[in-house]
Amino acid sequence: MSLFAVVDPVMQGLLLGGMYALFAIGLSLSFGIMRMVNIAHGDIIVLAAYVTLVVVETLAVNPFVAMIVVVPSLAAFGYVLQRVLLNPVLGDDILPPLLVTFGLSVIIQNLLLAVFSADPMGIHADAVQTASIGLGGGLAVGVLPLIIFASAVAVVAGLELLFAFTGLGRAFRATSDNQTVAQLMGIDNRHLYAVATALALAISAIAGSFLALRTTFVPTLGPSKLLVAFEAIIVGGMGSLWGTLAGAMLLGVAQSIGFRYNSGSGILAGHFVFLAILLVRPQGLFARARRS
Amino acid sequence: MSLLELENASRLQHGVWIAAAALLAVLILAPWWADDSDLRSIAEFAYLVAIAQMWNLLAGYGGLISVGQQVFIGIGGYTLLILSLDAGISPFLCIPVAGVVSALFAVPIAAVVFRLQGPYFAIGTWVVADVFRLALDNVPAIGGGSGKSLTSALMSIPGWQREATTYWIALGLGVGLTIGVYLILRSRLGLAMTAVRDSVPASESLGVRVGRTKLLIYVASALGLGMAGALIYLTKLRVSPDAAFSMDWTVLMIFIVVIGGIGTVEGPIVGTAVFFFLRAMLADFGPWYLVILGSVAVVVMLKARRGIWGWVAGRFNFHVFPTRRRIRVNSLRSGFAEMPPSPRYLTE
Repeated sequence: MSLFAVVDPVMQGLLLGGMYALFAIGLSLSFGIMRMVNIAHGDIIVLAAYVTLVVVETLAVNPFVAMIVVVPSLAAFGYVLQRVLLNPVLGDDILPPLLVTFGLSVIIQNLLLAVFSADPMGIHADAVQTASIGLGGGLAVGVLPLIIFASAVAVVAGLELLFAFTGLGRAFRATSDNQTVAQLMGIDNRHLYAVATALALAISAIAGSFLALRTTFVPTLGPSKLLVAFEAIIVGGMGSLWGTLAGAMLLGVAQSIGFRYNSGSGILAGHFVFLAILLVRPQGLFARARRS
Repeated sequence: MSLLELENASRLQHGVWIAAAALLAVLILAPWWADDSDLRSIAEFAYLVAIAQMWNLLAGYGGLISVGQQVFIGIGGYTLLILSLDAGISPFLCIPVAGVVSALFAVPIAAVVFRLQGPYFAIGTWVVADVFRLALDNVPAIGGGSGKSLTSALMSIPGWQREATTYWIALGLGVGLTIGVYLILRSRLGLAMTAVRDSVPASESLGVRVGRTKLLIYVASALGLGMAGALIYLTKLRVSPDAAFSMDWTVLMIFIVVIGGIGTVEGPIVGTAVFFFLRAMLADFGPWYLVILGSVAVVVMLKARRGIWGWVAGRFNFHVFPTRRRIRVNSLRSGFAEMPPSPRYLTE
């Protein structure tokens, strides 16, 4: 086996991890801050991909420019979604939020099916999609995967800064630690939760736009995105965004190697890594110590 | 009449039970009076009630919210496929066997997914279902991704006999699993289970073995779903990984239970009726039908969390399957009238 056969899938897998990290961060945020798992998370990413497609086609703009429209639109959607549908069901019982987001997932998927049909769609507009940088020895990395990876690192770093140095970040951390006490200190939970969901959906919008640039997509793609996002969080360890990025990269490598071995078993290889971590180290690879 | 009394079944309840028994008798005779398409509809109604009961048992009573229960439908379907095609076992006999196989698979699956808590448990079960789907995609011996037809295993059975037997099994599963859930709920296990759902620390401190209770419920649900899965694919005649391990099964279970009334034995039956009605009304609207069904479920969750039957039971205090033993406090006057006179040393 040549060096290329080993290095190439690992490298592509690490970059793919950047995409998966962008899928995962929004999910991780809403669980971290609100203890809520949004089952429609993957469908919202796919929705963002379709919104990007529509913006690119109607405004005839570059997909990167389109993100200037897509990201705020989804953030606004997130804010309203949280205030109207999700805040009323948040509480000690985990069943209502799970079922409402589950219903939302089915609604979004079928709305997309009704509007855009089940045919695969994609954006074929930008030279970035095909450009690559040669590294010698037959190795090459795509420019787009590099941009996506860099964005993921930037988003994680930006969020860490937000949590560490801003009032909003403090409010998020306080609510995450103890919702009741945070409320007593004057934090408006309903608004703060809505801001958290807006932030989560803004990041999911970035992920969706990149997804639209990277591959073709269909309305039923959402659940697979939710699963990979979820696996990245568990593998990386809950409560650590850098851990989520690392978990996403590990999954990316596993899938990429699995895919090279047998084109039908890429995603399966990722699932096996997840199950193995769950059995051997259920707290994840980089879990932050947590009092509970 | 004493002051405290265990409530007995009301006259209305007796009436409903007699009506249900009569309806059941009529349904058992259906192969002689109904045509094929009616038979199939009733069978579908029955197996949807069956799988909804299994999800309700797990989530509504056990507090284990899984969105990956399709894994056991799929295991049931594939057990039927392998045993009837490759081992030559009668497809009808395969159904109970599929339940056992599915329950056996539930034990190692539980060992993995029970490491996840709350909402993460829900998604973890989904990953497991996806593992089975993708793995079977890669096994060409049982058809790979495109699946395999069951027709050759059924050819030797005469048409009427096949249709009627399939129908009776479906009916038996719908009725049997409903009664099964009711009996579990009236048992010690049922009491332990609902205690665990309501509070893990409190039930643990009262001596409930939490882990064992959860596992038993999970395995019981898998047993029912495995049998239902084998039956479902006996009616569909073709098993493929994408269909058998499809999320759609769990979507149906959840919507039926949520709309009908989660945590009630009657809910899945009411929910299935609502589902049949909505599907008939919206048959021409393609994907819009699921959009509307999903919206109804979301509205129920927001506005009437206990579902249709939960509302009925709360409003009229009426239960066809009373799972709680209620104590009636009789009015003080009649209560005192029955009491023995106070001893003299107290009155003097």
